[in-house]
Amino acid sequence: MSKVISANQAAAPRQNGRLASFLLEIRKNKMLYLLTLPGILLIFVFAYLPMAGIVIAFQDFNPVKGITGSEFVGLKNFRFFVESGETLRIIANTLFLNVLFIGSGAIAGVAIAVMLSELGGRWFKRIIQTIVTLPHFLSWTVIAMLVTALLSTENGVVNKVLQGAGIEPVSFYGNPGIWPLLLVLIKLWQGAGFGSIVYLATISGINPEIYESASIDGATRWSKIRYITLPLLKPTVILMLLLAMGGIFYGDFGMIFAIIGRNPILYPTTDVIDTYVYRALMDLGDMSMAAAVGFFQSVVGCIFVITVNAIARKWAPDSALF
Amino acid sequence: MIRESKGDRILKGFFYVLMALFGVYCLVPFLTVIGSSFGTESAILRDGYSIIPTEFSVEAYKLIFQDITIYRSYGVTLFVTIAGTLLAMVVTSALAYPLSVKTLKYRNFINFYVYFTMLFHGGLVANYLLISKYLDMKNSIWVLIIPALVSPWNMFLLRNFFKSIDESIAESAKIDGANDMYILFRIILPISLPAIATVGLFYALGFWNEWFRAMLYIDDEKLFPLQYLIMRIMNNADFANQVSAQVSLPGYVIPTITTRLATTVVTIGPIIFLYPALQKYFVKGLMVGAVKG
Repeated sequence: MSKVISANQAAAPRQNGRLASFLLEIRKNKMLYLLTLPGILLIFVFAYLPMAGIVIAFQDFNPVKGITGSEFVGLKNFRFFVESGETLRIIANTLFLNVLFIGSGAIAGVAIAVMLSELGGRWFKRIIQTIVTLPHFLSWTVIAMLVTALLSTENGVVNKVLQGAGIEPVSFYGNPGIWPLLLVLIKLWQGAGFGSIVYLATISGINPEIYESASIDGATRWSKIRYITLPLLKPTVILMLLLAMGGIFYGDFGMIFAIIGRNPILYPTTDVIDTYVYRALMDLGDMSMAAAVGFFQSVVGCIFVITVNAIARKWAPDSALF
Repeated sequence: MIRESKGDRILKGFFYVLMALFGVYCLVPFLTVIGSSFGTESAILRDGYSIIPTEFSVEAYKLIFQDITIYRSYGVTLFVTIAGTLLAMVVTSALAYPLSVKTLKYRNFINFYVYFTMLFHGGLVANYLLISKYLDMKNSIWVLIIPALVSPWNMFLLRNFFKSIDESIAESAKIDGANDMYILFRIILPISLPAIATVGLFYALGFWNEWFRAMLYIDDEKLFPLQYLIMRIMNNADFANQVSAQVSLPGYVIPTITTRLATTVVTIGPIIFLYPALQKYFVKGLMVGAVKG
């Protein structure tokens, strides 16, 4: 059959050949391509069409006039964006908080995985694992409610305990300085248990004979961890770190908006690009500005993700996505 | 049998303690909210939130169950989760399976087409305009479902699983004369039930926890999903006022806090109940997804 095709292709002009082979392929696998159609269409509408909306970042956008009716102003939105001190702050917050989250998450995840793998009791392990991975499955709005129960100035558990010990209650929601720490603690509560699963999987893949021969040589538990477990975890840790860093320009909107919300006192240390864009869009109605900041995030984020994924792929080639 | 040295035992004990402490750290917020939800408003205002309420009462639960809001939100969330997961699984599997067929010529193009959306986004403004203005999906329950029907991450997870199925099965079926659809429905899908269950659970969790789209596109109270309801009542006392409107006792303290807590407990109830049973699916899915990229 292929002989007939190539004979045809050789005879016809180039374009006709390509079109013919395209149609042939479609016809040959008609059903399969048909199956992909709904997914492709959905992705086109909800992922690719919005990309066309980037042009708003370069317009003086008027919702009434729409995209086609609004005036093109080039880089004007970006100039304000660069000049405003706020934008530097939100970018700094985004990066700083993400670095904290990624770093602490890796340390906590590894620590939990190592400890769990060293424990003997089966029931204890299973119960603890269920308990520490459960928070991951709650939505941030629920978690925000839990945080309120703990940190509320008048009624929160933490302040009640402090009062019981004779210490002045702390106004958590009025003090921006401690929130990077609080956010890290909350993030660890939510994610460290679940994040340890990947490291546990790696540890369980380590050949037990290595540990046994180390024991015979007289190694202590700690030195086994230090010289066997941790080094063997290193590739996984680095891979996870790299993948997480790909998203470093994207703030955790869900967490921050649900917990901090519209509390301007806390913005200096907790406002990230995503929450800023959200407020610019919904509260100020400044769509051009929001689009400009969002475009910046998409471009820088994209470059970052591609770079980081390329590094990750070189580091662990079988982890490529496709 | 090698005897454990004292140092080893101490370290192990230390690990037990640390893990137990972390377990407590994880549990305390849950217990606080659940416990305090069974308290009276005045006790909480006086003594604060606590794990064991100083005054026991189911008043908050009675109130929220008498009001229609919680039922509506539950209905919305259940519908979105069930319909969303079913539709998402159909569309995602339909996309994932062809991409796993090695003889499909343009599959790498489609792979990249999907993958690119994980790299670059149009941004919040564009999405907002698209959905609210051009598609006019505001205040429709479908805005909570349709945009989320194809998650690239879930799709690649499913595709990789389909890929791992031995080709010879499909090949011998083809030799016997089966066409693609037959192979998919009669052969591949039955084998893939674990993977389908796992991806289905990921989608279900996503739909159940969805609130961002509700916040952006829905202001009709009748369409608030549970998670968004929590956000709304957290910041104002309307809900509490509404559910306790019929109570007219002298000195009555409007149960703002307790109704919030009760709503929260009712929202996370299903997850806490179902999670131990479903945990292994999520764990497996995460391991396959993360380790394989």
